Formats: sequence, C-alpha cells, structure tokens
Amino acid sequence: MEILEAIIAVWAARWPILDGIGNTLLISGVAIAWGTMLGLGVGLLLTYGNLGVRLFVRIYSDFLRGTPVFVLILACFYILSVIGIDLSAFEAGIFALTLFCSSHVGEIVRGALQAIPRGQTEAAKSIGLTFSQTLFSVLFPQALRQILPTWVNTATEIVKASTLLSIIGVVELLLSVQQVISRAYLSMELYFFAGFVYFLINFAIEKTGRYVERKVAIPS
Amino acid sequence: MDYNFNFAAVWRDFDLLMAGLGLGIFLAIISIAIGCVIGLLAAFGMLSKNRAIRVLSSAYVSAIRNTPILVLILFTFFALPQLGIRLGKIESFIATLSIYSGAYLTEVFRAGLIALPIGLREAGLTIGLTEQRTKLFITIPVMFRNVLPSLSNNFISLFKDTSLAAAIAVPELTFYARKINVETFRVIETWMVVSLMYVAACYVIAAILRRVESRLAIPR
Repeated sequence: MEILEAIIAVWAARWPILDGIGNTLLISGVAIAWGTMLGLGVGLLLTYGNLGVRLFVRIYSDFLRGTPVFVLILACFYILSVIGIDLSAFEAGIFALTLFCSSHVGEIVRGALQAIPRGQTEAAKSIGLTFSQTLFSVLFPQALRQILPTWVNTATEIVKASTLLSIIGVVELLLSVQQVISRAYLSMELYFFAGFVYFLINFAIEKTGRYVERKVAIPS
Repeated sequence: MDYNFNFAAVWRDFDLLMAGLGLGIFLAIISIAIGCVIGLLAAFGMLSKNRAIRVLSSAYVSAIRNTPILVLILFTFFALPQLGIRLGKIESFIATLSIYSGAYLTEVFRAGLIALPIGLREAGLTIGLTEQRTKLFITIPVMFRNVLPSLSNNFISLFKDTSLAAAIAVPELTFYARKINVETFRVIETWMVVSLMYVAACYVIAAILRRVESRLAIPR
C-alpha cells in the first residue's frame, strides 16, 4: 500500500512540512502586501504622472511583466549578492515576487482608474475637492471594487510563483515535500499531496475573495 | 561597487541563447495548439447538458488553475514514470504545458461561446446543418475570431512559462542562462541580456499577434 506509506512519510515529516506551508504563506503574504502597496503607486503614476514619469514607470512595468518570474527570481538572487546587497535566498525571493506583484497590480490599478468616467473627476473638482480628496473619496472606492477580482487572481498567481523559490533553495512547501520525496521515493503520492495543498490555499483565497466581493458590492 | 562589465562571456554563447529562445517559442506554439483542442473540448464540456461532464470539466479547470505549474511539471516528469508513463524531458514538458494552457483556454472559450448571439446557432440549424456542423463551421470559427485577443495574451504568458522547463533541464533560454551564469560568473551581464531577450521576444510576439488579430478580426 503505497498510499499508506505516503501518509506515514508525510506524518513523520509533519513539522518540516508545516514549516514549509508557513514559509509559503509568509513569502506570499509579504510579497502580496508590499507588491500591492508598490503597485498602487505604480498605477497612480501610470495614470496621473507627467510624461517623463509615465515613460519611466511604463518601462519598469513592461520590463517586469515581459520577464518570466523564474528569471526574475534567479536574477534577483544572483545579481543582488554581486552588487553588494547581502540578502538571503529567502529575502531575495520575496523581493523578486514583490517586484512581480507590483507591476501586475500597477496595471490593474491603471485599468480601473481609467475606466472611471471622467464626469466623476469633474464633479469632484466642481464641488471643490482637492486631488487627494478626489482620489481617496471618489475614485478609489469605485476603482477598488473593480480591482478586487483581478487582484485576488494576482494573489493566487503569487502563491503559485512562490514555488519557484524552491529552486534557489528556500525551504517552502514544495522543497519541504521534495525533501520527503528524496527519503521516501514516493514521488507520485507526495507531488500530488503538494499540489493538493496548493490547491487548498488558492481555493481558500478565491472563496474569500468572492465573499468580500459580495460584501462590498454596490447594492443594485 | 566595483564590478567590471564584460559582455564577451555572454556574446560568446549568444547562439546558444538564441537557440534556447527558439526552443521556448517552439514549445509554446506546440503547447497552445494542443491546449486549444483540450480547451475547446472542456469548454463544450462545461456547457454540456450532462451534469457529470460539466462537473468533470470544471474540476479539471479549477484543479489545474489552482496548482503551481512547477508542481505539475515535476509531477509529470518525476511521478508519472511510477505509473509506467515514461516521457522524455521535452515531451513531458509539452504535455504539462498543454494541459496547463488547456485549463486557461477553457475559460476563454467558454466565455467566447456564451457571448455568441443565439441566432448564430439557430441560423445554422435553419439552413439544414446538423448540430455538429453548425458548431464546426459557424459557432467555433466566429468564437475563435472573437477571443483572439485573450488567446494572444495566453500565448505570451505561456511563452514566459517555458522558462520553467529549465527545472527539468530542457535546454531553453533560462537553462543556458543558468549554465553561463555558473560557468563564467558574469552574473549581471547574463541576467540582463537574458531578461532583455525575454522582454524583446514578448514585444515582438505581441506586435505580430496584434497584426494577426486585426487581419482576422470580424469587420464591423
């Protein structure tokens, strides 16, 4: 019974695997949080920056979106250490995922802000709101609702991309399972197990997203 | 920071990098072609009257979409031999990428099929085509032309995902980049050149696909 063996192997390694799950959640959580904040800035600059700023941010965003995440992670891991920024593989990986997340969130935010009818901004101006007041009380509340579904998608993308950190030696869920595989030789059962845990994490994120979406929807 | 740039090491192996890029594009093209077939079948499955087929199709889509592609790649390459399914590196990667893209394309095609006006199918049936022929000659071609933009987006992200083939030592661009990186220690040069190659390739592919789109778009 190989399934039984696999269950025993997983149970024997429950603490390292739980550590791995914790690391996966930590890496994704930090990368999503920082990436979203950075991405809001990117989106704002892409929409309201002057020509020079817009061009600069556009290059930043296109460069990051045109490069595969895997290459981004490897590049951050190797390049940062060479130019004297001493980060562990863990930190370099989070850094790469943050950059990746920021470019994607930036595009989502730009799209949502541009989709708001001009009349909204004009109306806000005509009742005497300043730019930041317009942004925070008029534009963001509308944009955020539109951002939410795509943003949840991006969050699951980040969780999935966090597996790539296993290749630079960060012991997240996938690597912790691979360590069990190298001992137990049950690659099928254990890879299936890893895939299933990722599925559960992403499924939970998606369902929570749907729930929040319903909660904040403008009643019609 | 004292780092002397020396691109010679990278240019010496530039033909390897170009070959790797070519292989990446090739892998993406084959995979999206197979993925289209899978996606089309699953999309009709999701709209089927048969409940079992519907559940099966949507289970396929949500299972694949919520699992990291690296886990899928490793599963196909390392775990399937346990069942006696032994594939070469490249075949195994193509199989994974096709199944992966199939899940994303299912959603695209499903949305495309739903968006078609009902009159299209009715017209087909009225002029005496069978249900299958209506699908084959009317519904599917029109749907394809409508979803071309999302199809090209999918192709570009699929092309970026080919970088993960390096994880099972398929000699594509990222594989050679890691090789040059380790052999020459020209870290910054290697990753700069490689990520620029990816970005440039994405731009060129996007430009080509946009021309194809405008050629094939339904004139309004």
